[in-house]
Amino acid sequence: MEALLKIRNLRIAFGKGEERTEPVRDVSFAVPRGGRVAIVGESGCGKSLTSLAITRLPPVDSSETDGRISFNGAKRSFSGGASSPGLASLRGRGVSYVFQDPSGSLNPVMRIGAQIEEALPPDFPRRDKKRRTVELLARTGLPDPERAAASYPCNLSGGQCQRCSLAMALAAEPDLLIADEPTTALDVTTQRIVLNLIDELARENGTAVLLITHNLGLVAGRMDAVNVMYAGTIVESGPVETVLSAPRHPYTKGLLAAVPALDAPRGALLRDIPGTVPPPDAWPDGCAFHPRCPRAKPECAASAPPLTDCGGARCACFHPFTGGSGDAS
Amino acid sequence: MLLEVRGAKVAYRRGRKVFEAVRGVSFSLDKGQTLGIVGESGSGKSTLSKALALLLPFSGGSALYEGRDISAFTRAERARYRRSVQMVFQDATGSMNPRMKVRAALEEVLSVHRPELGRKERASRIAELLDSTGLASSVLEQYPRELSGGQCQRASFARALAAEPSVLIADEPVSALDVSVQARILNLVRDLRERLGISVILVSHDLAVVRNVCDNVCVMHAGLFEESGPAEEVFAHPRTEYTRSLLAAVPDVARALRARREEAAAREARP
Repeated sequence: MEALLKIRNLRIAFGKGEERTEPVRDVSFAVPRGGRVAIVGESGCGKSLTSLAITRLPPVDSSETDGRISFNGAKRSFSGGASSPGLASLRGRGVSYVFQDPSGSLNPVMRIGAQIEEALPPDFPRRDKKRRTVELLARTGLPDPERAAASYPCNLSGGQCQRCSLAMALAAEPDLLIADEPTTALDVTTQRIVLNLIDELARENGTAVLLITHNLGLVAGRMDAVNVMYAGTIVESGPVETVLSAPRHPYTKGLLAAVPALDAPRGALLRDIPGTVPPPDAWPDGCAFHPRCPRAKPECAASAPPLTDCGGARCACFHPFTGGSGDAS
Repeated sequence: MLLEVRGAKVAYRRGRKVFEAVRGVSFSLDKGQTLGIVGESGSGKSTLSKALALLLPFSGGSALYEGRDISAFTRAERARYRRSVQMVFQDATGSMNPRMKVRAALEEVLSVHRPELGRKERASRIAELLDSTGLASSVLEQYPRELSGGQCQRASFARALAAEPSVLIADEPVSALDVSVQARILNLVRDLRERLGISVILVSHDLAVVRNVCDNVCVMHAGLFEESGPAEEVFAHPRTEYTRSLLAAVPDVARALRARREEAAAREARP
């Protein structure tokens, strides 16, 4: 499949000298046209920064960013500030975002309808704007789209606001929709509705979806490919079925074991990943995951394992699980 | 029976308008039991838990604590009840005073509920609390905003435990947390019950979470319990459409992968 978005060796660094930190270091991945790709990891692993780098949104606009990006076949440069024409021109038409906190990403003093009108393509005929806005809201399944268009964000519930921000993201008819934890603040039922909606609308318009989440359960049902990120790098990537049914990296396995499963014996102790993601200025040498890894050996602290092919997926680990029965740890 | 709730109602009043968020629910909670209350946003589960913590008045029905009606409590009884029933909220950072270090937050609770403790005893009690919630002593000198979401939620558990409650009401304690941290908090909830014999009311919209830790479960919808019973029973044989839809909405990895394989097989079977 032709790649819509290709990112090679992305690095994002903040600060200078002693203060310098590099929260994203060497990230490469691709999103095929119309494809559904996920980036998974805990908070503080650099998932959101990676997604913001694609259009150089803050705070990435003030960072030192390096690497190669191509979108729709055209090469663009990460260097230059927020106003650099290369990536900024992708905002809206090329790439739209849906963020975790819908009420925070909507303007609180502007009616929903007016905000969506702003997002319509600039050449959109003025007299059709209102109709189109209501149409977009109706497509997100809001029961009373006219009323929603006339409402302020504070008049709507979290789930309703998230539908509105989805309508706004789709107003610009983007090639790529980036959904950054779009449902973390919503209850499971609304979560399912919003995700189904993203799925459905993306399919209808041929929009590619990049989903950013910490919940592998969401990835398993809907995405084609997954990139697992830890401490600023991708540690495992591949087709969802391959990666989730037989994870190779201990971090991926840890994330999977932490989700309560519906068919596990009741009261089964959940296996958490010991410790937390260290801040970027304290990322350990070698494999960044080794202090939290149950399989770590001395060489893991000495050098960082490269991302290599590993049974249908790619994995950066010196001691990956290989799928045999001896791996039951 | 530690807590027995019979036909409880809670209403919000706004001028002459009355909105009944909890429309008559009954359940009982034994010592050391864990009860899950599940439902969507707006089903009334948080309203019910606030009323149980005396943060809202009941507008009907009765709630008996150790056999005594809580609406007939004397002042002293109310104070004792408030100490025995502690609450933990979803937004841990928001529920802590931003201008108080964790040590001060814990000391405040101890000075109210355990005024007899001397300085040394108080320090050792704080060490105990940190230990049972798995926090390092370094967090004592930190403000809530300096803690991660998971640490902050543990600190609010430590604060609730400082009062030595017999009932802990946890309202969506993990829904704002990363999965790995979520696992740790759920294990903590289970540990509290096993080690300290505390009864827990866990309010959540995630059935997998409730199934993992609870003995009994009540499924709440529009202010009423649609069904309730032993967790195993309710999850294995949901009787109402609503419970089934909640179960279907759980993002379960194994189930999703199974569905994908079946779908792929069906595609291949077609010519």
